[in-house]
Amino acid sequence: MIKKAFVAMVIGFVLATVMHSLGQSAAPAPATADSVKAAIVAAPAAAPAPAPAPAASLNSGDTAWMIVATALVMLMTLPGLALFYGGIAKRKDTLNVIAMSFVTFAIVSVLWVVYGYSLAFGTDVHGVIGNVQKFMMNGIKVDTLSSYQNTIPELIFVVFQLTFAAITVALASGAYIERMKFSAWILFSVLWMTLVYCPVAHWVWGNGFLAKLGALDFAGGTVVHINAGIAALIGALVMGKRRETSLIPNNLVATVTGAGLLWFGWFGFNAGSALTASGLACAAFINTNTATAVAALSWMFTEWFFNKKPTVLGLASGAVAGLVAITPAAGFVNVGGAIIIGVIVGFVCYLMVAFVKAKLGYDDTLDAFGIHGIGGIIGALLTGFLADPAINAAGKGLFYGNPAQVKIQLIAIGTTVGYDAVVTFIIFMVIKAVIGLRVSPDEELVGMDRSAHGERALGY
Amino acid sequence: MKYIVAVIQPTRLEAVKEALSQIESFRLTVTDVEGIGRQKGHTEVYRGHEYKINFISKVKLEIAVDDKFVEPVVDAIASAARTGKEGQIGDGKIFILPLEDAMRIRTRERGAEAL
Repeated sequence: MIKKAFVAMVIGFVLATVMHSLGQSAAPAPATADSVKAAIVAAPAAAPAPAPAPAASLNSGDTAWMIVATALVMLMTLPGLALFYGGIAKRKDTLNVIAMSFVTFAIVSVLWVVYGYSLAFGTDVHGVIGNVQKFMMNGIKVDTLSSYQNTIPELIFVVFQLTFAAITVALASGAYIERMKFSAWILFSVLWMTLVYCPVAHWVWGNGFLAKLGALDFAGGTVVHINAGIAALIGALVMGKRRETSLIPNNLVATVTGAGLLWFGWFGFNAGSALTASGLACAAFINTNTATAVAALSWMFTEWFFNKKPTVLGLASGAVAGLVAITPAAGFVNVGGAIIIGVIVGFVCYLMVAFVKAKLGYDDTLDAFGIHGIGGIIGALLTGFLADPAINAAGKGLFYGNPAQVKIQLIAIGTTVGYDAVVTFIIFMVIKAVIGLRVSPDEELVGMDRSAHGERALGY
Repeated sequence: MKYIVAVIQPTRLEAVKEALSQIESFRLTVTDVEGIGRQKGHTEVYRGHEYKINFISKVKLEIAVDDKFVEPVVDAIASAARTGKEGQIGDGKIFILPLEDAMRIRTRERGAEAL
């Protein structure tokens, strides 16, 4: 009952917001469109997009930083997320959990250069999707500069965005582990990247309709975290609970190692989203570290208060929640804003995973919704309040005299949640019909490592 | 010959090892084990959810001895494995099993010679 009611609620909320946002986007405010567009692609604040700019030329500082940043973001999926998730899973499922992140990185790596990049970042078609011109990197030469940042080669921009697409899909796996067929996960990766990630990335970053509306998302609060979090929730609801619903980590050392690698790689994710080696990148860097540290402490003290002990898993979870929430805000807020975001997200995400999840009863196994979905929504919303034009002229929040920004952020959040929920639901129904979602009870109880892969994490 | 198996609190392992070396018993096999006994389990909390952990960590010792060493060895383990003055539930047990034969692989010596 609760399950059905919840699904209905999500879908209803979703449809309402989509219709509302479409109505809004039909009449965009022309005055702000250009400056906002610059913000969406996280271009340096000083560069007004449409001016007759001097002939573009490659900047070796920017390019060097983006190559490094891209490699840092890759590290977040493998081994960062794989270890973070793998360590919390049951001992008999840990390899399968790692394999989900691994195979997704490989799948998205291929699909992205074949067609994903073109759909997300190719020439805009009606604000909804990119066109097919850049399939197979068609027309992108070695010396072609990115139209999103004309001091770096387009090829590195392609790979940078690839690493974002890959981790977004992999994040959702946290809600599905210990019961989903590996083949079903592979099909999900293909369909979801194509039908959900590419369009949403296009709307927000690829000059799509949310970009034109003026939504602020520096490094992926909506595109990455809300997107992955909602997919996690819908998938968990459709698949149902595991047979053994405990969550007793098999190796917290691996989990903390993974969390550390996520934190480290996230500097590439957020500071890299400046697309330049600039002061803005450094602002994103310091905000990322600040919010993450504060959120780890906020979660720790909250847990200490409610459960008498500060757990190591809590520190790691709080840090990840902080990383999630600062993502949309990293290049817009000042350090005070980063601290506020960290305090709130550490507290709220703890309540979500400790109390709300238990009340509602869905088995979002590793809290991909509780941390990424909720943390992403908190970050995207607070960006609308805390964006400081002194940090980035492209973003001005409610506290700096622009209340309209909060409404725009809500529209972006609502649209993402709505579209994602509906399409993810359809994708799961298709997979269920074609190959089935869950392994057999025996395969589940014996553990996915043995039943799906014929291996175990630790041998003699 | 006897085969002595003792299951003790992990916190007492160093003390037991020390007590055994005091009586010049230096041969010992140690394994980390988990089990359920009269000592109740404890709870662990992960992401705000409390789990009852029934299996409690213990250490298992295995020692093969000649008959005349049985009492000193058992006594050394029993004295050193107690927690607190009176001992407590959960301090463990010692099992003494008959040992039929033994072989030292290197020399193929048999029986008590092999121990």
